[in-house]
Amino acid sequence: MQLILESLFNGVAIGSVLLIAALGLAIVFGLMGVINLAHGELMMLGAYSTYVTQLIFKLPALKPFYNAYVIVAIAVAFVVSGIVGILLERSIIRRLYGDPLETLLATWGVSLILQQFVRSVPLAYGTGLVVALLIGMLLPIGLPKKLYEKFSGRIIRLACWAISALLGVLTSNSLSTAISKLGRASARNVDVTAPSWMRGGFDLWNITFPITRLVIIVITLIAVLGVTWFLKKSVWGIRIRAVTQNRSMSDCLGISTETVDVLTFGIGSGLAGVAGVAVSLLGSVGPNVGGSYIVGCFMVVVLGGVGNLLGTIIASFAIGIMTDLIGAGRLLTIWPDMPTPLASAVDFFATTSMARVMVFALIVIFLQFRPAGLFPQKGRMVEV
Amino acid sequence: MKNLPKSSRWFLLLIWITIIAAIIAAPALLPVFRLNLLGRYLSLAIVALGVDLIWGYAGLLSLGQGIFFTLGGYCAAMYLQLNSSSDLPNGIPEFFALYGVKELPFFWEPFKSPIFTLIAIWLIPALVAGTLGFLVFRNRIKGVYFSILTQAALLVFFNFFNGQQKLINGTNGLKTDVTQLFGQMVGSDSMQRWFFWLTAIIVVIAWFFARWVVRDRFGNVLIGIRDDEPRVRFTGYNPTLFKTIVFGIAGGLAGISGALYTVQSGIVSPQFMTVPFSIEMVIWVAVGGRGTLLGAILGAVAINYAKSLVSEALPASWMFIQGGLFILVVTALPEGVLGWLQSDRPRNLLTRLGVSRPVSTYPSLEAESKQEVKK
Amino acid sequence: MSLTKRLFLGLTSVVVGSSITACGGSNQATGCPDCDDQVTVGILHSLSGTMAISESTLVDTEKMAIEEINAAGGVEVNGKKYEIKYIVEDGASDWPTFAEKSKKLIDQDKVPVVFGGWTSASRKAMLPVYESKDAFLYYPIQYEAQECSNNIFYTGATPNQQSEPATEFMFKRSPAAGKPFFLVGSDYVFPRTSNTITKEQVKSLGGTVVGEDYLPLGNTEVAPIISKIKKALPNGGVIINTLNGDQNVAFFKQIQDVGITPKNGYYVMSYSIAEEEISTIGPEFLEGHYGAWNYMMSINTPASKKFARNFKKRWGNDRVVADPQESAYNMVYLWKAAVEKAGSFDDNVVREALVGVKFDAPQGPVQVMPNHHLSQTVRIGEITANGQFKILESTDGPVLPQAWNQFEPSSKGYACDWTDSRKGEKYRL
Repeated sequence: MQLILESLFNGVAIGSVLLIAALGLAIVFGLMGVINLAHGELMMLGAYSTYVTQLIFKLPALKPFYNAYVIVAIAVAFVVSGIVGILLERSIIRRLYGDPLETLLATWGVSLILQQFVRSVPLAYGTGLVVALLIGMLLPIGLPKKLYEKFSGRIIRLACWAISALLGVLTSNSLSTAISKLGRASARNVDVTAPSWMRGGFDLWNITFPITRLVIIVITLIAVLGVTWFLKKSVWGIRIRAVTQNRSMSDCLGISTETVDVLTFGIGSGLAGVAGVAVSLLGSVGPNVGGSYIVGCFMVVVLGGVGNLLGTIIASFAIGIMTDLIGAGRLLTIWPDMPTPLASAVDFFATTSMARVMVFALIVIFLQFRPAGLFPQKGRMVEV
Repeated sequence: MKNLPKSSRWFLLLIWITIIAAIIAAPALLPVFRLNLLGRYLSLAIVALGVDLIWGYAGLLSLGQGIFFTLGGYCAAMYLQLNSSSDLPNGIPEFFALYGVKELPFFWEPFKSPIFTLIAIWLIPALVAGTLGFLVFRNRIKGVYFSILTQAALLVFFNFFNGQQKLINGTNGLKTDVTQLFGQMVGSDSMQRWFFWLTAIIVVIAWFFARWVVRDRFGNVLIGIRDDEPRVRFTGYNPTLFKTIVFGIAGGLAGISGALYTVQSGIVSPQFMTVPFSIEMVIWVAVGGRGTLLGAILGAVAINYAKSLVSEALPASWMFIQGGLFILVVTALPEGVLGWLQSDRPRNLLTRLGVSRPVSTYPSLEAESKQEVKK
Repeated sequence: MSLTKRLFLGLTSVVVGSSITACGGSNQATGCPDCDDQVTVGILHSLSGTMAISESTLVDTEKMAIEEINAAGGVEVNGKKYEIKYIVEDGASDWPTFAEKSKKLIDQDKVPVVFGGWTSASRKAMLPVYESKDAFLYYPIQYEAQECSNNIFYTGATPNQQSEPATEFMFKRSPAAGKPFFLVGSDYVFPRTSNTITKEQVKSLGGTVVGEDYLPLGNTEVAPIISKIKKALPNGGVIINTLNGDQNVAFFKQIQDVGITPKNGYYVMSYSIAEEEISTIGPEFLEGHYGAWNYMMSINTPASKKFARNFKKRWGNDRVVADPQESAYNMVYLWKAAVEKAGSFDDNVVREALVGVKFDAPQGPVQVMPNHHLSQTVRIGEITANGQFKILESTDGPVLPQAWNQFEPSSKGYACDWTDSRKGEKYRL
């Protein structure tokens, strides 16, 4: 019993990381038909945001609130990755709707650029850039209507960007003087340290539950519930689904499809940022952090069936539990008197490397029987 | 290519003459190191031809060509290793001793024969590709799903080769530079020169072969599959068969390419099966011009040469350039450089500069017929 | 939109531009004003990709050593003073690229020597290039040995200068003495070979190895490995860790969470964690665990302190020095000494002159042995809260290197000697 419980917990722990990482991808893929290979790099930006937030909270003024930085970091990461995602959508992906293969290639290019960007540009400047983008995007919306009557839109926009650029430069300069670590470019991995309350674990039924893992499970749970609520109940969620189902009809009915595109992609990217926070709590943060997750995420999406949240959830936990069962060699403990040839086969795959091989092979075999995943799409969307 | 206007044909001929002249002149002009690089990049052109066949013609974007490339490389390297280890203790390659392996693993045995190896280099990758392709196509998995699955398959193979120290030397891969062939060291300058010629000849043969494949009905069916698969199926063709065959052919080409690349770079390792390398293959074709075959060759050689030059001068900037290329080629130059040159646009550029366009018929009619061809 | 785009581009260029000046602003080398001629050497490490993190520190150190030599008058050959210039090439964390760039340095740039490499796989990829072209590579990292090339000069530790004393310490004198061992590593050649040796050694010491597992490079999901450790070592024990770079972070963070800590009787001995890695991972995760190296920053000698001080002065006050950097530093000086002894830059003459060269390294005296490895002092340290090693043990003097391992049955009884033409790469003792 204890064994099964421990195995289950481990599987859920691995699965929840996969799920939070794949959630944004599933939305963008399922609702927009965009293959975002830069998703891993958006996660990486989230992880770096966590790192920068952590350093800022180490400054004397914010020191008393240090223990809460993770919660702030989640919001920051969501915004940062979301902004970069929106920029990406506006500049590149917008031109490529309806052609997933092209989006795949273009986003791969973006992922290379983002990786090299964090390697060769100091984090302080990166932060400044994001701040500038954020203000530049929000400022024109927030201005009073009167201004628009007085000046032409062009001048206002110019002024807004000038202000935001100035603020961005200010931010980066003050950051690099306040925290010297951020002022230099470095290909070195950095480390996010969880606040003390998140370290360690607590024992229950002879099993140690690491608190970090529990926190990640909670974050994942909240994200999944939030996304479900948003898509099913909120006005914009309903609009997003309407556009997915019939773009031109929604357009006729007065839904701004462009806004919907931006919103969907922004949310998908923002979720990648949240996933980045989770990942940063487990390992180190570096330019390659996203690359190690991206293929796994796609497998989750494909296995679950595109455009189906429930499928994504089940698929990630299934992969998580399988990885743990095979990789930790638990099958032998559960069934000790396995026939010898089978036992030696299980033993052969009971290393982390080979478990990966096995899990992927199993997924490919599964797709032989259910080519469209666990929950196939039905109706007119199938051929898209 | 039959449908091309006359001027384009002349243009292609010109490119060919330049290429052949460059290849013939290269050994005299380039130092050994650059020549060796050129030879390697030419061998990459062969895998690019395969990518062009499946992607440019049949619309299958494979992100797993690295599997077949590496398999071909391993076949060649296994033969070379065995060929030069007969005087070693146990008669097996040196690295086995590191892991305490005393007996040759069974699948190494046939590679003692040079004839088997020459066949295996293209047949094994072709069979693996065919099998994988059949399993996928049978289920009508296509488009991005196909791409994602090939990428997953790549990862499976990578992890397997990387983890199997005792069978094939794991991460280290197999070396070929200090092995013997015809009594000479494979890494020696004279051997490398021979490999350069061999590669150059095989590239030309591969081009003729690929052209033959797409020339007639087969090629038309492939294009049909790319543009509207259900319609091809309703016409009575079996797309699965065609796709499997062309994927197998591309796999075989990748195998040959991998073998030639391996003997010229001196090592084959699971690194050839990393995700970025296989995606790079796609960008060579995309930049050169998909569906043009010649573009694939030019793209592979040009981009790789640029890569080695740029990474020597500014190591950090290559990633930016490469990323930019991906974005550029998708958003601004979807038909690639060769496609762009063959299209109307260079002429449009001239027209804008004031050079008038020669008119053979009424402009409106010509424009209409152009559109017909494009459709 | 076009306007905003232009603005955005402008902003980016400002940012990137200022970052470049920020990088180039540090103090520059003075060169060698009274040198007569120049000699160009090759430096080949990963500047991009996963290994750039570690290997860039070696490039920094090698540059520093070269600048020091130049400032002190360069290399003197036959009464002529040469200023050392260098070409840095990027191995891009990709083994075949290391081979390609080696060919470039040898054939194109015609450098007399290449300083390069980090991972064993990159060395294995480069080795045939240097052997087939009869060129010379200096390799600075502690490694698994079982190799002895006439064309490579190894300044890192062999297993008997690092892992063997460490295993013995863990089994006999650590707080976990006599407890079972578990081996963890990244999935590539160094961890696998090193662990093969450790298994044989533990067997001969009378201990037990209860399990081993390898994490694929690039994978940071360590949960299955941790479950395995907990199952295999229910009451504490020794964990030998040969994980690579960033995987260590995931590993140490997560073992602490499930209670695999020194307090509970679990002691990790790591072979790839030096001061640089400690500062990345965070000392709070490593405190109480062990490491074994030839050089540790906490060595309290003038030479060691000077080395650390100069490095900080050149590259920034928050930088640290560690064993791999010390090896890289030594090898540049050893090459200089050998060239001066030989009176020529010619490979074959330098190779012969190299054997027997001594150098007062930051770790203490080292000497080049006939098997192209260095005799070095071995130290075992406990990681403390300030990110340094507390040196617990240190050998009396330099330990002789063994290229062929004496625990591993396939190489037992063999040695390597390049000064005697009848002995060579591998001969029976």
